[in-house]
Amino acid sequence: MLQFESVSKKVGRSLHINNVSLELEKGSLNVLLGPTLSGKTSLMRLMAGLDSPTSGDIYVDGKRVTGQSVRKRNVAMVYQQFINYPAMTVYENIASPLRLQGESQSSIDSKVREAAELLKLTEFLDRTPLNLSGGQQQRTALARALVKRAELVLLDEPLANLDYKLREELRVELPRLFAETGAVFVYATTEPHEALLLGGKTATLHEGSITQFDSTIDVYNRPVNLQTAQTFSDPPLNIVSASVKDAQLEAVGTNLGQLPPNAAALTNGQYTLAFRPHHVSLTQTDRHHVAVVAKVGTSEITGSETYVHVTCAGAHWVVLTHGVHRVNNGDDITVYLDPSRFYLFDAADGALRHAPSFDAQAA
Amino acid sequence: MDKPLNNKAWFFVLPVFFLVAISAIIPLMTVVNYSVQDTFGNNQFFWAGTEWYSEVLSSSRFHDALLRNLMFSGIILAIEIPLGIAIALSMPRKGIWVPVCLILMALPLLIPWNVVGTIWQVFGRADIGLLGRVLSELGVEYNYATNSVDAWVTIIIMDVWHWTSLVVLLCYSGLVAIPEAYYQAARIDGASKWKVFRYIQLPKMQRVLLIAVLLRFMDSFMIYTEPFVLTGGGPGNSTTFLSIDLVKMAIGQFDLGPAAAMSIIYFLIILLLCWVFYTVMTNFGVDAPEKEVD
Repeated sequence: MLQFESVSKKVGRSLHINNVSLELEKGSLNVLLGPTLSGKTSLMRLMAGLDSPTSGDIYVDGKRVTGQSVRKRNVAMVYQQFINYPAMTVYENIASPLRLQGESQSSIDSKVREAAELLKLTEFLDRTPLNLSGGQQQRTALARALVKRAELVLLDEPLANLDYKLREELRVELPRLFAETGAVFVYATTEPHEALLLGGKTATLHEGSITQFDSTIDVYNRPVNLQTAQTFSDPPLNIVSASVKDAQLEAVGTNLGQLPPNAAALTNGQYTLAFRPHHVSLTQTDRHHVAVVAKVGTSEITGSETYVHVTCAGAHWVVLTHGVHRVNNGDDITVYLDPSRFYLFDAADGALRHAPSFDAQAA
Repeated sequence: MDKPLNNKAWFFVLPVFFLVAISAIIPLMTVVNYSVQDTFGNNQFFWAGTEWYSEVLSSSRFHDALLRNLMFSGIILAIEIPLGIAIALSMPRKGIWVPVCLILMALPLLIPWNVVGTIWQVFGRADIGLLGRVLSELGVEYNYATNSVDAWVTIIIMDVWHWTSLVVLLCYSGLVAIPEAYYQAARIDGASKWKVFRYIQLPKMQRVLLIAVLLRFMDSFMIYTEPFVLTGGGPGNSTTFLSIDLVKMAIGQFDLGPAAAMSIIYFLIILLLCWVFYTVMTNFGVDAPEKEVD
């Protein structure tokens, strides 16, 4: 178990990690989700012991390890760049952590071959990493992390430099590979859908603070504040300021109707209305949906989906629809909002005031 | 298949051809011309064939000079390469001291050979030089004009002072190109400093080291100015390297034929040794040329 107790890290005058408290269970899969420079790597460096915190304490299995050097901790780490020893063969690379731990030759050999088998590297064992493809190089780095049987496995955007197909493949394999080692598994990523695919628990990071830490689906469905919801949304969350008066919701100069029953208790006042891009559509599929007129900015067609960027009363929204839709830039179109999927955040502090209910719906 | 004949290409090739002809081909051919003929002045030439070549190759004077050259280059490489790596490793990677160190390192490289020679020649003189006087006051017998070991030591110190910086700068450029993540990964593995050097820094420096070895070898093998300024090849013949011997033969004795043959042999030796170095070093440690992947 890895525990952070109000840990902060300052470098010069800038605060890289701000008062983080965190508890990571043994054998758990944890995702650190946040945009670039949100502090994912800084947090991982603290976890690994590469840096020591400016204040606060770190415990491993209840033992205080604050300031203990990385050499004394049992940590494995894989980076976005493919880091291997350039002059060693793949075999020697995988064996290197075991050799440093002083294992016997026969045990090293069997462990290296087992890891190579799992990561499909057996036929490349005699090559040097620079003669391999990017995917194979990263597999070598992962195999090195795997054989080490570390208590803490840190993966810092390990798939970011790989091509699409390899990422899909490795993303499925990775949690499975490390699950049986019983290690605390931490995976940093900038991509919300990667967090959702990995499952487990997710900690969302914003400017060095953890905004929420819970099971991944819960964080996605019930973000505690607007910041978390925005971090955990790709394409970006659609937001607009709204007001509530006598249980009626009004935004963009339109009455969006009665608040849903579970939100009826909301007091009158200003809120931030948010909804995900796939909860707004170009066609009306339900009579409860509310029509709003918006102006088309641009549209991007990926084939299976179309992203339409629209402006509505000064707010920029993305409409994500299935299939190919042709819309002309600059046209006024009608988009349909689904009030049952609305999030309402406090206009002042961004705290969640209302989330859609998810039990009755097939999300 | 009617390709329009385009003579414009000549227009681009000719200037280069012209320059190469003047700078390399014509002088080299002149030397070849001298090396196979005998002349007694008055522009009279007699065909000599390979006579000069066999004479040079079998003369002990040539053997001795060649041996001195090889020894000198060997000593220079053995000192400057490890010293250069060590200095590059201990230089700061970031901060305000980086430009200071780089400028300090670059300074000796800007000084011309004969100036370096003269500086050390005066500095080391037993009668008026600061170094020479201090050493003799301390009771160390040092006189490069009479002791051949002292002369060698002086020339080697000159060269190390002058050219180690080049190795340092090349190695440093290789070191700063290594991403920080490599060092982190090594720390997480618990690798020692030596292992970091042996398995990360050295392999990553291999390319620039190859260039450093080649440059320092070629340059030290052509040594001329320093011994010329210091003792003119003495005491005795102890610092008479190939180049000094060549000048003595060609300009001092005016033996143009043997001198030309010697130049050609000298040139071929350098070419051969460079090829050997290159082949050995490119095949060292890796089984294929290194691709940079970051």
